[in-house]
Amino acid sequence: MGLHATNYKGLLGWIDARMPSLMTAFRTHMSEYYAPKNFNIWYFFGSFALMVLVIQFVSGILLAMHYKPDSNQAFWSVEFIMREVNGGWFIRYMHSTGASFFFIVVYLHMLRGMLYGSYRKPRELVWIVGCLIFLALMAESFFGYLLPWGQMSFWGAQVIINLFSSIPKIGDVLSTWIRGDFVVGDATLNRFFSLHIIAVPLALLVLVVAHIFALHDVGSNNPDGIEIKDQTDANGRPLDGIPFHPYYTVHDLYGLGFFFLAYCAVLFFAPEMGGVFLEGNNFIPADPFQTPQHIAPLWYFTPYYSILRATTSEFLLWLALGTLFLGVLAYLRVRGWWPRLTVSAVTFVAFVLMTVPQVRLDPKLWGVILMGLSVMVFALLPWIDQSPVKSMRYRPRWHMAVVGVFIVAFVVLGYLGMNPPTPATTLVAQLCAACYFGFFFLMPWWSRMGTFKPVPTRVKFAAH
Amino acid sequence: MRGTSFRWVAAAMGVIWVGVNAQEPRLDEWPSGRATDMAALQSGARTFANYCLNCHGASLMRWNRLGDIGLDEKQIKASLIFGNQRVTDLMTVAMNPHDAKTWFGKAPPDLSVIVRARNTVEHSGTDYIYTLLRGFYRDRSTQTGWNNVVYPNISMPDIFWERQGPREATLTRTEYQDVPASIGKGGPEQRLVQTVSQFDANGVAVVNRTELDHGEPGFAYGFKSADAAAAKAFDAQVADLVAYLNWMSEPTAQTRRRIGVWAIAFLVVFVGVGRWLNAVFWRDVH
Repeated sequence: MGLHATNYKGLLGWIDARMPSLMTAFRTHMSEYYAPKNFNIWYFFGSFALMVLVIQFVSGILLAMHYKPDSNQAFWSVEFIMREVNGGWFIRYMHSTGASFFFIVVYLHMLRGMLYGSYRKPRELVWIVGCLIFLALMAESFFGYLLPWGQMSFWGAQVIINLFSSIPKIGDVLSTWIRGDFVVGDATLNRFFSLHIIAVPLALLVLVVAHIFALHDVGSNNPDGIEIKDQTDANGRPLDGIPFHPYYTVHDLYGLGFFFLAYCAVLFFAPEMGGVFLEGNNFIPADPFQTPQHIAPLWYFTPYYSILRATTSEFLLWLALGTLFLGVLAYLRVRGWWPRLTVSAVTFVAFVLMTVPQVRLDPKLWGVILMGLSVMVFALLPWIDQSPVKSMRYRPRWHMAVVGVFIVAFVVLGYLGMNPPTPATTLVAQLCAACYFGFFFLMPWWSRMGTFKPVPTRVKFAAH
Repeated sequence: MRGTSFRWVAAAMGVIWVGVNAQEPRLDEWPSGRATDMAALQSGARTFANYCLNCHGASLMRWNRLGDIGLDEKQIKASLIFGNQRVTDLMTVAMNPHDAKTWFGKAPPDLSVIVRARNTVEHSGTDYIYTLLRGFYRDRSTQTGWNNVVYPNISMPDIFWERQGPREATLTRTEYQDVPASIGKGGPEQRLVQTVSQFDANGVAVVNRTELDHGEPGFAYGFKSADAAAAKAFDAQVADLVAYLNWMSEPTAQTRRRIGVWAIAFLVVFVGVGRWLNAVFWRDVH
């Protein structure tokens, strides 16, 4: 017959006999995937992120039915959706609120990973793929933000694309190539539309699947940072694990209620979120002849934007000293002539490019480099975190304070990035940028210091 | 201990905030109770059609959408539409944008979403427009003979001047300026200078400049009305107009909030059921 022997009845049995991989996938990822039973609220944000992805796909598909990617019509077509399409305002707010919530949820999801060492061996690949998702998400939101074709869309895109022109030699050609024109125009709008609704969402989808596959191969971490696979019963099932379905599907359903409460509170009662989620300037049609007084990217990009702006020529000197200090530390730390040569060479080249007037790179270019670094540096965590335990619970208490300083620096940078710079705020931004990079690049040293608590073999769990 | 560190953080944020927003003019608070007041919205619509629509368009608004604020098609046709537009038409303006540019220096912006366009993190668009429309003063030095406290050198003349009555204005601006250095020293130095400009009802200005030894940069203004009663009635009329502009910038806002209440109510029940379901399933996890 060639049919697969099945245990299922009815339609499911009919399908399973012909396509057993469907139920195999269900078992692998749901009913027989053993997740630690001690997940706390931090572990909701992964499923929230998946929910927002679905919201963005559905609302995006509906928006694309009415939106017109044409520089003469784009702005008006968005307002047409808001006013004349049945329920159009709801679809549009779903998408715009969803974009901001995506970043809120993803930032908290990343913070969870940092608190409990979820990126540590053997989950490095889960974390790397996650970082790629974060990059894709930033690209997706950057492309999408041009589409309403308001003043902020236009000038935001103009500023960000112009960053590429700070690259020596090829910069101007490159930024023209990205825009498809000498200024942001119809060509730019059309290609951003294509990238926003086809290319990047496809990449995101593939990456999300890879993220979940990679996670389910090694198993989830937990607030105690204990490998539950080390303690198994006679059947090889983790003693501290429970099947994801039904326990965590029900648990996440409950959590999603709270997510939707927050999401709907914004969507229905404050969709502009006081000008932070939807900026006032973006209700003015894009005008290439009138530069707004103050251009700021959306709130979720402002920490990195602040770092870009904070990189002035005075800051470069401090940066050079910091690089030198770090280079010396790293030199003393690594063993063998090859790594030491590499460390020396990298430090030397960076120091020269920051200080020697004849070859010094433009501070603006260093700003772009630092901004890129501030986004990508998360990917280094699995290797720069040298603490003997994973979870913050068993690390010295002052480690939490260090993470706290990082969070404060991140939030202050974000706040400053929304506002025009003044000499005083630039100084604050520079201090925060130093904390931001110090947190990461000094981690190989500080993460090993202090007295660590003994890690138990079984997870802490109080029955409900 | 914790309280102290919190106070430090709050103080630091305060310093940053003040540093960011020193020079903004003070805005009057728009009486927001009018946002859902039908009489105010209808009166605002009348002012809008009679005054604003001569130069500004509202090209995202159909006339018959005014049904949402309680006006029927007959009323719209009889008392709001001038010319031969139909109630299903958009509120476009007859003025040629090229002419407009010649006359005013720039075409008057479309007002469909103007309130939302003027929203910022610091202030609401309604407060801004409420203050703007009541913030004109006579100024002989400008092309139109008018100037504005929140929008300096605005291209728009004060079209409501007859309703508001004549006013005198006092503007006090404190800022750092280059002043010639005292004898024996090099280039100009930065000093805090206070400029008080007093405009009479005909727009003739008396300007006084004084150098200050200490103080903060800032901007303040005040008006003196010749006809206080007219000015007060005018405030109410502008408040109604702003209510209308606010409504027009998002006609679905009321629906949105009404549905929102039901959505939240549903979610509260959803969370309750979710909590119960979660407890039932997790009972056997020890």
